[in-house]
Amino acid sequence: MQSLGVNVIFDGNNLIRLGEGLWVTMRIAFSSALFSMVLGVFAGIAMSARFKPLRLLMRLYLETVRITPVLVLLFLLYFSLSKIFYLSLSAETVAILVFSFWGTAEMGDIARGAVASIPLHQRESGLALGMGPAQLYAYILIPQAARRLLPAGINLVTRLIKTTALVSLIGEVDVLKVGQQIIEHASLLRNPMAPLWVYALIFLLYFAVCYPVALLSRRLENKWRN
Amino acid sequence: MNAPLLDIAGLRKTYGEREVLRGLSLRVRKGEVLVVVGPSGCGKSTLLRCINGLESIQGGRIRFHGADIAAAGTDWRAVRQRIGMVFQSYDLFPHMTVLGNIMLGPLKAQKRGRKEAQAQAEALLERIGLLDRKDAYPRELSGGQKQRVAIARALCMNPDLMLFDEVTASLDPEMVREVLDVMLELARRGMTMVIVTHEMAFARAVADNVIFMDGGVIVEEARPEEFFERPSTERGRKFLDTFIFTPTHNEKEIES
Repeated sequence: MQSLGVNVIFDGNNLIRLGEGLWVTMRIAFSSALFSMVLGVFAGIAMSARFKPLRLLMRLYLETVRITPVLVLLFLLYFSLSKIFYLSLSAETVAILVFSFWGTAEMGDIARGAVASIPLHQRESGLALGMGPAQLYAYILIPQAARRLLPAGINLVTRLIKTTALVSLIGEVDVLKVGQQIIEHASLLRNPMAPLWVYALIFLLYFAVCYPVALLSRRLENKWRN
Repeated sequence: MNAPLLDIAGLRKTYGEREVLRGLSLRVRKGEVLVVVGPSGCGKSTLLRCINGLESIQGGRIRFHGADIAAAGTDWRAVRQRIGMVFQSYDLFPHMTVLGNIMLGPLKAQKRGRKEAQAQAEALLERIGLLDRKDAYPRELSGGQKQRVAIARALCMNPDLMLFDEVTASLDPEMVREVLDVMLELARRGMTMVIVTHEMAFARAVADNVIFMDGGVIVEEARPEEFFERPSTERGRKFLDTFIFTPTHNEKEIES
């Protein structure tokens, strides 16, 4: 049994450490997702604004975020900007800022698309009832857009969760980093199977986080269909 | 002689180079039903959309209750609460129940009390025969039922004027009647209405005045019995002829 090397997972406090790493991953992912969702709605409204300069600005923002690797944004904020402006931001704060910056742009584009897909007549029916722009969004456009953006929105959240794996590169100890540390230590003990077991477990942990999110979205979709 | 509720003079509307309404004038008195007919693309739907500010206008004036609502600085939200509009494609809000649809305007735009608004909404549903469907969602209704709810939704704002934009045009034939009946009943109760329609028999029955539009101008304006019996213009005659069919069996050569 010893030769299978599965014990690497249970050695010492490895499980607890992995759990702590997972908690860091989840904290970053879900904080960013929450910020992205809320700010993304406003970004989406700004992207469909009638004021053209605002639309152009939002376009620039979206394109910038899309063509820049997230890793570059992480490095930029963590290693240069925060040093230049004498900010002492923790790696976790930097990660949440960068992922929210990225997620807001993507969520904004999804929200813009969802609002644009609502027939013009819905807007006009609301106007004809004497409703103002804010009421139009609050009672007619956003509730309908929410149903339409759900699949793409959930997809974004799972992408956020997966992309948080990059945070180890700015020194944050997330679940993946903990796994690597465990593997390094195990290799000293000549356990050649350690990477397999550790990564398999990490795979399962990511699945355990992402799957409920997907499940929740399916629930909501079914509920809204009725 | 009381002042007209709606008084339009010299109304012009252009889309870029294309002039859709070319200096159009009309008056509607309180309690009057004006029916607007004409070939597709003659500008009759655009006319309705200009009256409640869904389209900007390039010339002329639109007086409603004596005030020029086409002038700059018009509070369209306030005006639209007094002008109800029903569209061809009904456009109920799909995420709300029938009752929710009808009460949205009164609750949010007019800030009325829930109890009072609901009582009126239910009374309206009773009138159009759909009270038992008040908790249904729009997709559970037939086209005719949806359009009746859309009318009730506009009526619940207690408008002074109702605009109907080809409200039966996308309905199956057997559902047209139930919608027209609701409108006839409204006319009987003295609601002021401007109706754009292709239903000529209905137009004749409901109208106090008929306007025949073509090419962005009013070609003919007459009492319904005059217009439908003896149109005074060639264009009017031609238009009415498109609704008449000569039976073929008189001319058919049947080989024996």
